[in-house]
Amino acid sequence: ALNKLQHAPETELLIAVRDRRDKQAFAQLFDIYAPKLKAMVMRSGTPAAQAEDIVQDAMLSVWRKAAQFDAHRSQASGWIYRIARNRMIDIARRDYRPLPEELKIDEPPAEQPAEIMAMDQEAARLRAALDTLPQSQREMIEKAYLGELSHKEITETTGLPLGTIKSRIRLGLERLRHELKDLRQS
Amino acid sequence: MTAPQHHIPEPMMAAYVAGNLPQPFAVVVATHISMCDECRARHETHLALGGAVLESLEDAPVSDAMRAGLFAMLDEPAPEEPAAPKPRGIYPAPLADMVPGDGPRWRSIGMGARQSILWRGKEGSLRLLYIPAGQAVPDHSHNGLELTLVLQGSFSDEGGRFGVGDVEVADEAVEHTPLAGIDSPCICLAATDAPLRFSGMIPRLLQPVFRI
Ligand SMILES: [Zn+2]
Ligand SMILES: [Zn+2]
Repeated sequence: ALNKLQHAPETELLIAVRDRRDKQAFAQLFDIYAPKLKAMVMRSGTPAAQAEDIVQDAMLSVWRKAAQFDAHRSQASGWIYRIARNRMIDIARRDYRPLPEELKIDEPPAEQPAEIMAMDQEAARLRAALDTLPQSQREMIEKAYLGELSHKEITETTGLPLGTIKSRIRLGLERLRHELKDLRQS
Repeated sequence: MTAPQHHIPEPMMAAYVAGNLPQPFAVVVATHISMCDECRARHETHLALGGAVLESLEDAPVSDAMRAGLFAMLDEPAPEEPAAPKPRGIYPAPLADMVPGDGPRWRSIGMGARQSILWRGKEGSLRLLYIPAGQAVPDHSHNGLELTLVLQGSFSDEGGRFGVGDVEVADEAVEHTPLAGIDSPCICLAATDAPLRFSGMIPRLLQPVFRI
């Protein structure tokens, strides 16, 4: 398919799970993300056996909530990260977990392959930006997003290059902003 | 409604996305995102960064038993999802769930001002404040962090003007006197991770009673 726009493979897999309940695709997603999720859960001090339970639970949520995945707004890794963090919070604290209101979209817009690809490219650039950071800054970012730093620590950590990645964030922001505007107008 | 001008600080968004923000602040962040397209987009971007961090982790191999167990569950009927909370009046969805259907349980805190405590725990407190038009919130400073989100009307203080959807972040260093706009009573959502300290003598004595 020379002229066909290609999404990131993970995005394709998640769309296949969403639209066709494709177990083969889900198996591939599992093999990519389950070991990463286990590493993430264990970083929070959870023993391996319990971490497996949480990963199983999170991947089951991925399967069941796939209908909510919108490739125009998120890519697979960010979406799966979100599902898994939410499950971890639910399990750790039975408290009310406040979630942002869903956008009210009467009719989901038709799939826009170019938009989705642009989204994937942004995500790839974001990862590349992350890779070029000095080791110490990288570690701080990791710690922040793996829940190892409190808000106060993130604020006080001078080594946290939120400024460095801001240009990337701003680019993502621009894209998403247009996306949101289009959604509201459709 | 004009778009909010005062937003959630970057570190706070990162902590929210990681699930590591004290509960009262998490409610304010979720509520603000519900009112602010810019922060909705920033929220997604932080999630993308979280996803990038996830992808960069070294694999911790999982057992075949767990994998097989999961695949055996895929065809089981999913348990019914609780209905997504809906916005009600001036309360966006994440907040509507915490406010009684027939309105907040207001208590007077003097001078026509009222508050309704929505949540209190060792992580801090979350309450609604009602300030009559043109009136001031009693002079106070903070032991910790205070996050105030305007739901109706507006207020102004040393930090600027805050309209519907705007968030003010105040810490130990800030001693401010928010003054409600004259057009309508100001209703805001206030989260603290420590009790507020009022500067006046009487409010300080009353503080334990009002549990501010
Ligand atoms: Zn905002
Ligand atoms: Zn204050």
